[in-house]
Amino acid sequence: MATMIAEATGQAILTEEHKQSFLRKYIFSTDHKVIAIQFLFLTLFFLMIGGFLAMMMRYQIAWPDQPIPLGGIFPESMVASGYILPEFYNSLVTMHGSIMVFLAIMPMLVGVYANYLIPLQLGAHDMAFPRLNMYSFWIMIPAGILTLSSFFVIGGAAGAGWTLYAPLSARPDLTGVALGQQMWLASVVLIGLSSIFGSLNYITTVINMRAPGMTWFRMPLTVWALFITAILGLLAMPVLSAAGIMLLFDQTIGTSFFLPEGGGQPLLWQHLFWFFGHPEVYILILPAMGFTSEILAVGSRKPIFGYKAMVWAIISIAFLGFIVWGHHMFQSGMNPALGLTFTISTLFIAVPSAIKTFNWMGTMWRGNLKLHTPMLFAIGFVAMFAIGGLSGIFMASTPVDIYIHDTYFIVAHIHYVLFGGSLFALFGAIYFWYPKMFGRMMNETLGKIHFWLTLIFFNLVFFPMHGLGMVGMMRRIYDASGYRHLEGIADTNALITWSAFALYASGFLFAFNFFWSLWRGKKAADNPWDATTLEWQTPSPPKHGNWAEVPVVYHGPHEYSHPGVTDKDWLAQNERPDVPSPAGGH
Amino acid sequence: MRLDLRNSSAAMFVALGIAACGGGGDAGSSGGGDTGGGAAPPAATIDPATVGTISGMINFAGDAPAMRAVDMSGEPDCAAAYTGGGPMTQSVLASGGGLANVFVYLSGGVSGAPAASGAVTLNQENCRYAPHVLGAQAGQDIQITNSDNLLHNINASPTTNRGFNISQPRAGITSTQKFASAEVMVPVRCDVHGWMGAYIGVVDHPYFAVSGANGSFRIANVPAGTYTATAWHEEYGEMTGSVTVTAGGSADLSFDYSASMAGADVPLGEPLVVGHDGAHTHAGQ
Amino acid sequence: MDWALPPNYSTHGVVIDQLFWIIFWLTAAAFVLVEGGLLWFIFKYRSREGQKAHYTHGSNKLEVIWTAIPVLVFAVLGAYSGTKWAEIKNASGFPPDALQFQVVGKQFEWNITYPGIDRQLGTADDFTVLNQFHFPVNEDIVVNLESEDVIHSFFIPELRVKSDAVPGMVIPVWFDSRQAGEFQIACAELCGLGHYRMRASVTVHETADYEAWLASQATAQ
Repeated sequence: MATMIAEATGQAILTEEHKQSFLRKYIFSTDHKVIAIQFLFLTLFFLMIGGFLAMMMRYQIAWPDQPIPLGGIFPESMVASGYILPEFYNSLVTMHGSIMVFLAIMPMLVGVYANYLIPLQLGAHDMAFPRLNMYSFWIMIPAGILTLSSFFVIGGAAGAGWTLYAPLSARPDLTGVALGQQMWLASVVLIGLSSIFGSLNYITTVINMRAPGMTWFRMPLTVWALFITAILGLLAMPVLSAAGIMLLFDQTIGTSFFLPEGGGQPLLWQHLFWFFGHPEVYILILPAMGFTSEILAVGSRKPIFGYKAMVWAIISIAFLGFIVWGHHMFQSGMNPALGLTFTISTLFIAVPSAIKTFNWMGTMWRGNLKLHTPMLFAIGFVAMFAIGGLSGIFMASTPVDIYIHDTYFIVAHIHYVLFGGSLFALFGAIYFWYPKMFGRMMNETLGKIHFWLTLIFFNLVFFPMHGLGMVGMMRRIYDASGYRHLEGIADTNALITWSAFALYASGFLFAFNFFWSLWRGKKAADNPWDATTLEWQTPSPPKHGNWAEVPVVYHGPHEYSHPGVTDKDWLAQNERPDVPSPAGGH
Repeated sequence: MRLDLRNSSAAMFVALGIAACGGGGDAGSSGGGDTGGGAAPPAATIDPATVGTISGMINFAGDAPAMRAVDMSGEPDCAAAYTGGGPMTQSVLASGGGLANVFVYLSGGVSGAPAASGAVTLNQENCRYAPHVLGAQAGQDIQITNSDNLLHNINASPTTNRGFNISQPRAGITSTQKFASAEVMVPVRCDVHGWMGAYIGVVDHPYFAVSGANGSFRIANVPAGTYTATAWHEEYGEMTGSVTVTAGGSADLSFDYSASMAGADVPLGEPLVVGHDGAHTHAGQ
Repeated sequence: MDWALPPNYSTHGVVIDQLFWIIFWLTAAAFVLVEGGLLWFIFKYRSREGQKAHYTHGSNKLEVIWTAIPVLVFAVLGAYSGTKWAEIKNASGFPPDALQFQVVGKQFEWNITYPGIDRQLGTADDFTVLNQFHFPVNEDIVVNLESEDVIHSFFIPELRVKSDAVPGMVIPVWFDSRQAGEFQIACAELCGLGHYRMRASVTVHETADYEAWLASQATAQ
């Protein structure tokens, strides 16, 4: 059945190829690879925007008494007499988080790599629903436009934090932000739609369109991670969309789902938001774990250590991810009896993450480590994600959370997970799959410089934030002066801000490498990393339809350094072994 | 396939259009405007032969209630500015038989008015609004300034107009706002300093004034004619009277408030409707 | 800047700090294990001429070990945290003779209602003061937190107190101070453009001084 669908789609795609117009081929394309590349450009753009907003925030926190350079180019409603206004600062906080989560990291993990890798790593010609796939990209465009233009409407962009806690988010009279907040909500509903379309597609494709021989436990861990992520997205995004629409109603037509004066409950918003929000955290990290597993196996020249444990860890994270949302709400005033339940589930969700970390180390153990740029970023991911995971234990312990909740300790934690984790893995993924996507290599020297600058400045930015949190600096404050317990943190904040500027600047080194290599990069071989998975067994870049002939899979995904193979240290998934079946390659 | 393509791009352009409309609305503040101040700015062209002046008193009978002390200890810089008994509330300021901070405007009989010009000012000084009550013509620039080197926000909550809630975190920051349509009164407050409040009376014409410390007021350049005038006070409510203005003349108009009117129903931001003759009457009348 | 928790003056804060440092040393050990291991592997197994990787698909024994150890550690930590949490937060366990205050958050101020000399809220001698919280040392305090508009968070770092104030809810919070002194209430939940400035002074008095202060307020009202 699966094969039949795959064949049929493949035929359709192959016969269609020659009569495509330019618009059809590059703009409104249904080719999963083109869509992935469209997502890549879009999300890199938003990564730059989101970063820029963070730079403005950092300037304000470090030097609240100094006017911001070039402040005059901003409208008076954002920067007055050279000073960032508190309401604009709140918009910066809100939109930095929202843009990074919804328009940069999530679509980069899923929109780019689920799209690009699922058909290629499974040996399919394309996605199950190519047209739906195209829509999932194009829906992001109005969402992005709504988000960006909301800065320029009366009242400015949403300013209630990316978590949008009601009633602050629901009552324009208390913030001065009306339209901006509504545009945010509309944008998020659109992004949710895109994500749901994508998830349907990925799930269907993984279930139905695996190449012959590609059994569940022969799938690369990237596909496993993306598959489980798609399920999380499908179950979590509708909750956010529903809650968002309810909030929109509270704002515009006078309902009061979240407003106590009309019988509503502010905590209901938090329950709904975090019921989405915590699975969302895993949507943002599972694919990153998948890429890391893949790159570590390739770079270590070893099969992934504990492949099945890794798969089960992903599945259990996804399951537990739905029952830990309350740990965001320990201090919210909800019944403290719930605290114990959520503490236990939260601590237990750390177990599969620990298992994964140990297995990654096991993969490197006695390997033959090729420390190229993707490998450096993958190791960087393990090192940084471990810190983010460990700092999470502080919050999971409810009594400790009383003190560190809503302080910079949390800011440090989330950035170790989303930047040190997700973004490090994404940088690794971009360097790793770039030759497949564009047929050229990115410059290795620039890549290594980019890695070291990112690693150093990332830690200089975010590690000291643990200290700020211990001192008791609250999140999202515009100016810390005037608090006695916060006297003496100015130097730390200045150090963080300078490092943040350097971190942002090193992003442009990456951008230069990325665009320069598009035209000037070294021509890439079909399989420049000597990797085993299927995407490397077809030309770089693959042609429309991916395969002239659907590959047949004979064994598991990471057969490196098999003792029975003597001429090279890898065995592609579609290579028939002329040795006894490798152990574990079911 | 062609059709599909058009559909999806059309959808995108619709979305683009929506976003562009959202972004293109007129910005709340447009800067500038001269700082003429004063309750009734001079109209562009006035023929002195056709206009007269209204002047009068807001009389107050009885004992004004004692004002309460305001606890400004949280803002020592502001508190230091007040000597003697320290800062007091400002809701009833009566002295020498006159009542201050009464907004007087022509509420009926006005047909046509010069366009708004100049700007009125609202200052925040020593954690208080100056003035406490001011008038502005619909569409006129209201220039809001912070003279205190600390955070104030200006939260205007009108009923019919678009409100705003902006902040001025340090001294010297200025913002220009305006209200598009008539509304008496628009309450303004600072959420950082709960005691700070002001009222802005927005009317369609420049014929309004606010009574001074001794209760006197003056409305200049009023075209000759007979008008209904309304006085508004935050504690004692509204009163109406009639006044006839002759060309080149000065008409007298007085309102008599008394301490016994305390607790009156004070209309605030009640929507005004335009009568057939162009006069404004309150919706309830 | 000292990377340290501010000095703690409350009874329940001792437990919080103790747990913080337990977790700190646990995670520090894990940190050294993971980061040290990674560095060591990078050094030891970096690719060299003629080197071949060891071919293995894993070890079930190791999987069991590194699953079981975190499970055990987390079970103990979770149980201990949960017990202490209940002691700090469960309103049914609050001391019945605690001195009660009402604290109402509002953009951007804290309104503190005092029980007055009779130590009872809801009686005629109650009074409300803006942004000033005075209470006596070495006495159990219960604050009934409310909010008029949006969610705020009542945070006194030196007393290890933090709880959201949610409109439509009354949230009781218990704490004490074992030392007289001057602190501040900070708002820890984004509540609008004045969030960063929503603070109030906290004065912990010796018992006699508190009574004197109460009396001075009674005459002022």
